[in-house]
Amino acid sequence: MIQVSNLSKRYGPVLAVDGISFEVERGSVVGFLGPNGAGKTTTIRIMTCYQPATSGSVSIGGFDVFADSVEVRRRVGYLPESTPLYPEMRVREYLHFRGKLRGLILPERRDAITRVTERCWLGDFIDRPIGQLSKGMKQRVGLADAIMHDPEVLILDEPTIGLDPNQIRQTRSLIKELGERHTILLSSHILHEVEQTCDQTIIIAAGKIVASGSPQELRNKFSAQGQVIAELKGPQKDVEQGVRSLAGVQKLEASSQNGWVRVVVQPKPDCDIREDLFHLTSAKGWPLRELRRTGATLEDFFIQVTAQQKQHGETSAE
Amino acid sequence: MRNIATMVRRELGAYFLSPIAYAVMAIFLFSSGLAFGLGTFGPGKESSLRALLDPWMATILVFVLPMLTMRLLSEEFRSGTIESLLTTPITEVEVVLGKFLGAFALYAILLTTLLLYPIILAIYGPVDLALLACNYLGLLFLGALYIAVGLFFSACTRHQIIAVLLSLFLLALMTFASGGLAQQFGAGWTRVVLQHISIRSHFHAFVRGMFDLNHVTFFLTTTGLFVYLAIKRLEMRRW
Repeated sequence: MIQVSNLSKRYGPVLAVDGISFEVERGSVVGFLGPNGAGKTTTIRIMTCYQPATSGSVSIGGFDVFADSVEVRRRVGYLPESTPLYPEMRVREYLHFRGKLRGLILPERRDAITRVTERCWLGDFIDRPIGQLSKGMKQRVGLADAIMHDPEVLILDEPTIGLDPNQIRQTRSLIKELGERHTILLSSHILHEVEQTCDQTIIIAAGKIVASGSPQELRNKFSAQGQVIAELKGPQKDVEQGVRSLAGVQKLEASSQNGWVRVVVQPKPDCDIREDLFHLTSAKGWPLRELRRTGATLEDFFIQVTAQQKQHGETSAE
Repeated sequence: MRNIATMVRRELGAYFLSPIAYAVMAIFLFSSGLAFGLGTFGPGKESSLRALLDPWMATILVFVLPMLTMRLLSEEFRSGTIESLLTTPITEVEVVLGKFLGAFALYAILLTTLLLYPIILAIYGPVDLALLACNYLGLLFLGALYIAVGLFFSACTRHQIIAVLLSLFLLALMTFASGGLAQQFGAGWTRVVLQHISIRSHFHAFVRGMFDLNHVTFFLTTTGLFVYLAIKRLEMRRW
């Protein structure tokens, strides 16, 4: 449904998006995850035809965003980052205006407004001026606007930013619900949010894709890189030697305290050495009081990526 | 076409909901009324709007219209609504034309208030309707040009103040200064250009009741030029 290939965007000397490619299938919910300033909004602006790419291409529903911009815009519902709205208009009036721009005739607009009012809980303030609404209400108006023409593709830039916890939960469940009918791409810098709502995650940092896959795949991938920690009683030298002889051990550190030896093992990728370790200790008769795997979780990875980008930004600023 | 109509309706609606627009309309009504009372309405004076139009209306409009046009695009840039606007199936041409026509429609509504004055004059002496029509036509052309200039500067910046100052400066220069500046140059193309872009001299033809295609062409092409520049300015983000 969405195809991004080799997309780059340069602002003067700054390369905001650096040759990214990905695909989004019809009906899936994709999370676009990255620290602030990673290039999420830039990518989204190119996808929604607001800005041109420096190089590369994006097509949505088979239409190129540059050559068939109007066709793309007809098929896309877009919620921009800070939900810009006209404060002097009333919600209903605004939705009528936006509906007209999308080519909906009056009865269609009425139906659509009734539908989105229900979906996005606008009932209480549908006839109030937008300027009087709270941030959360405005966010819902923006979302209602994005879905009112029943677009094939929904692009949401930070849809839950600035909402209170209750509204965040509501919005997430709404997005999940919408995911049954629309193809959704949403950006976020909150890992947890993407894990909860999306079928597929694309992690972007410093303008590049650093990882992608389903949240489960990503979690497996990164927890497999975790360490195994064991504490057992035995002569430190023998223990070190014994553990080192196990298949799948890449690196090992051992230290002892009060007769207990603490072994921290870095296993080879995709190896789980815990079972072998158990057999070893039982064969040798070493009491084992702790055996666990620590996760390099998706979160650790995310923090690592964020730190890298920060470093990268600082060095390039010098 | 439909999109242009949608934009015009939104812009007109926004004017009637904006406190700035009401303040500007009040200034327009008060100053035009004052100019009529002091300049035109009195014993022995001519029974027409000519003294009101030049220099009074020309001056008033130089100040009033940039204040009406300053928000047209600057405000969309500042609040970010330009992004949600231009990601719907609407073209830059339609956005700019819609905004131009919206402001022009408001201006035309304001102009109808001036009709009160010839009605008052008619009580005291006969009013030349053909001259009046020509005067009104001149006002429409003048306003359209001022709105186009204001719209262009509004497309250049996200700060309404900058938009209003730049349009005020250029309009004052073209309306009042360029004719006088032309006198400083004995001959040559500088003088010709300065004379040609003097808005006031073109407007004055309409005030005198002269319908000359030369002047009509000046207003149409200059207005068109600034509307075109505003469109290009808006398209520039795509370059």
